[in-house]
Amino acid sequence: MDVSQYLEIFIDETKEHLQTLSDQLMILEQEPENMDTINEIFRAAHSLKGMAGTMGYKRMQRLTHDMENVFQEVRSGNMTVKSELVDVLFRGLDALESYLANILETADEGTEDNDEIINTLNSIADAATGKTSGEKPAEVAAAPAPEGNVPDGGAKYGSIHITDFEKNTFEKAKAQNQNIFGVTVYLQESCILKAARAFLVFKALEELGEVIKAVPDVQDIEDEKFDMDFSLVYFTKESLDKVKAAVENVSEVKEAIVGPFEIVLDATEPEVKPEPEPVKEEPKEAEKPKPAAQPAAAKAAAKPAEAAQPAAKKSTAKPAVGRTVRVDIEKLDVLMNLVSELIIAKNGLVSINSTEEDTKSDAAFNEQIEYLESVTTSLHESVMKVRMVPIENVVNRFPRMIRDLSKKLNKKMELHMTGEETELDRTVIDEIGDPLQHLLRNSADHGLEDNDERIALGKEEVGNIYLDAYQDGNNVNIEVRDDGAGINVDKVRNKAIEKGTITAEQAENMTDKEIIDLLFRPSFSTAEKITDVSGRGVGLDVVKTKIEGLGGNIECKSVMGEGSSFIIRLPLTLAIIQALMVELGTEKYAIPLGSIETIEDVLVTDIKYVQTKEVINLRGTVIPLIRLDQILDIEASGNETESLTVVIVKKSNKLAGLVVDNLIGQQEIVIKSIGSYINCSKMIGGATILGDGEIALILEVNALV
Amino acid sequence: MEEISDVQNIEIAGEGKQYIVVRLGTEQYGIDIKYVDNIVRNQRITRVPKAQHYFKGVINLRGEIIPVMSLRLKFGLEPDEYTNATRIIIIKLEQQSPIGIIVDEVKEVVTLTGGSIDKANTSDPSDPLIQYLSGVGKHGNGLISLLNISAVIVGRESKDVV
Repeated sequence: MDVSQYLEIFIDETKEHLQTLSDQLMILEQEPENMDTINEIFRAAHSLKGMAGTMGYKRMQRLTHDMENVFQEVRSGNMTVKSELVDVLFRGLDALESYLANILETADEGTEDNDEIINTLNSIADAATGKTSGEKPAEVAAAPAPEGNVPDGGAKYGSIHITDFEKNTFEKAKAQNQNIFGVTVYLQESCILKAARAFLVFKALEELGEVIKAVPDVQDIEDEKFDMDFSLVYFTKESLDKVKAAVENVSEVKEAIVGPFEIVLDATEPEVKPEPEPVKEEPKEAEKPKPAAQPAAAKAAAKPAEAAQPAAKKSTAKPAVGRTVRVDIEKLDVLMNLVSELIIAKNGLVSINSTEEDTKSDAAFNEQIEYLESVTTSLHESVMKVRMVPIENVVNRFPRMIRDLSKKLNKKMELHMTGEETELDRTVIDEIGDPLQHLLRNSADHGLEDNDERIALGKEEVGNIYLDAYQDGNNVNIEVRDDGAGINVDKVRNKAIEKGTITAEQAENMTDKEIIDLLFRPSFSTAEKITDVSGRGVGLDVVKTKIEGLGGNIECKSVMGEGSSFIIRLPLTLAIIQALMVELGTEKYAIPLGSIETIEDVLVTDIKYVQTKEVINLRGTVIPLIRLDQILDIEASGNETESLTVVIVKKSNKLAGLVVDNLIGQQEIVIKSIGSYINCSKMIGGATILGDGEIALILEVNALV
Repeated sequence: MEEISDVQNIEIAGEGKQYIVVRLGTEQYGIDIKYVDNIVRNQRITRVPKAQHYFKGVINLRGEIIPVMSLRLKFGLEPDEYTNATRIIIIKLEQQSPIGIIVDEVKEVVTLTGGSIDKANTSDPSDPLIQYLSGVGKHGNGLISLLNISAVIVGRESKDVV
């Protein structure tokens, strides 16, 4: 079957399920008894298995199947959730993710069998059901012949064996005055959807009591891996007749044999152990012809080669799946409506044009233009909304990361996240993951103190890391905070002097904040020592570059002993911005409105000099002046005026005044790149095309100030 | 046909390649037609501050912003004098964004077979232009310097001649 057309859906949904699994596992580790969580996990694992099977990803299916077995045991109460179990399950999830990554690249799941994880999972599951792995071969041998031991009149339930562990639950049930029945259900020969019928039977039974064990097991029944009958052990407070009636009520059930169940212990009748192993056998056999299915030892040796293979593939093959955005259908409807309005507006203009010359009125024309304007504005907003993705998509992998880090670093820590629903442009979302991960790692590794140290300092033992996202005007702020040791400014200062980044005199005059900003300098990231001392600076320049590349900025605040916080400020959208158009000589430039504070007229006589640099004193604040015409090599107009037009811009909390010749006005501009050929300085952030086809360059305020 | 082995960059033996012949000052240069996306009349070029000196700026070509380079400046010749014949040739290399180059005049399209192309004379290191050439074509009575266009666009001006 050609399933390639479903590949995208498969990938999307698999991602969702994996995320659910990861989230729920985290919860499960905290609250091992939470039935809702277990059920949720079970559902996700089950759908995952089904989907992988449908798409023909055998290895993925096998791994999920075995994970599901474990979940099944947890769900039926045969196993308690321990940290080790969660570890193995997480490793399973990682393996599934790497399958998915492979599929994403090559549409193929790759050849990694992950036997080790599967074996661990199986041994955990077996341990829970009371089997030892040594028993397995015997079981397999016994499996083909369970039918041979059918006692009295088709009541196959008599042959269900009960493990010691399950015996305990029996005793409990007895103590609670529950009836223990064995039930064997025969379906009609004509029944087509056996699994569905079986499901209905289970459903009917579960309304009245509890199904303890089924033969074949529930999984196989769901997969229709049974003949016309199945048996189960059942606890209920209802009477035998009522149970029988409930089962026989399900259509296409031929007969239900219900009777009191006597416990048959493992030890006494090992040969009738009816747990059919073929399910576990089957996938293994299917795998055999493939070259990858080798003994585990050979497997380990083959691993590096296999690891290299997908990497090689990556470079040659294009990703099998393109980048997509899932769009809420409502957003699309809005878009559709706006496009209709656009057409109406166009028709309005056409009709004005075609009416007789004398009736053509400016008023009607202007009206249509205004209408057109409002439609295009709404259209712009809607298209932008389509590109907006909640930040959740990026941050939801972090709890897991922190959990792993916590184990690895042997520090107790907790991640608190807020504002996951904050939306950002898709392009930003794609890029922001790595910097955030970097900052979180920094916080976990260097920011937080060791547990003992924390106790000694009188802090709570568990370190806290916060990730807060929130919208702030036209920006989105993401804050990574910890309550650790904070940055030791003096040490950074000393190191900076030692390294020659700054001179001792400079250091004297620098504020703590300026010193902290040094950590974002590229030279600091390579300095190994400084990271040991300050605990910060590893690749922070990379983080900064990336964020500035996205049109945002990052700042760091730190209080010794109380922790530090990194605040990332990102623009909501990238492609279209509001800008102030200004004239310099004969050239036009755009200044993004987001960075403009105010516009002032300054008398030439009010310009003061500080260290030969021009400054103005604006309502008590000293602001340096930047002569744009000099910086941008524009021929001066020559005529000195009495006052200057100064655009006051702001970068984080630094102000500067840009001197311009003329203001043209505010305009919505579409940012276009000027390509990579021209090595202009960072001052030009791009270009835009004005209404008359002329090009205006966009000034990058961050680089100017 | 025997000469083909001597000639660089010949892909289709026998059929030859088409070149757009342009004029810079008194010399003729040939640009492989497969890289030529478009030829437009000279139009208003917006200066980009702090750019390399041979970049005249950017133009708006039907909504796309395209950087424009002066071949004359790149080759160390006199600055351009814009005339009615001045054209901007939009070059599109594979996988790269388009770029415009200013030429004095676009003359014709010629087809050069392998036999009429000589290898560029790399033995004369004094000629700084040699790195930008892929060969010399003979057409009629004239000679056409064939441009190695990717070297012209990507290559650094101060690159040492090997």
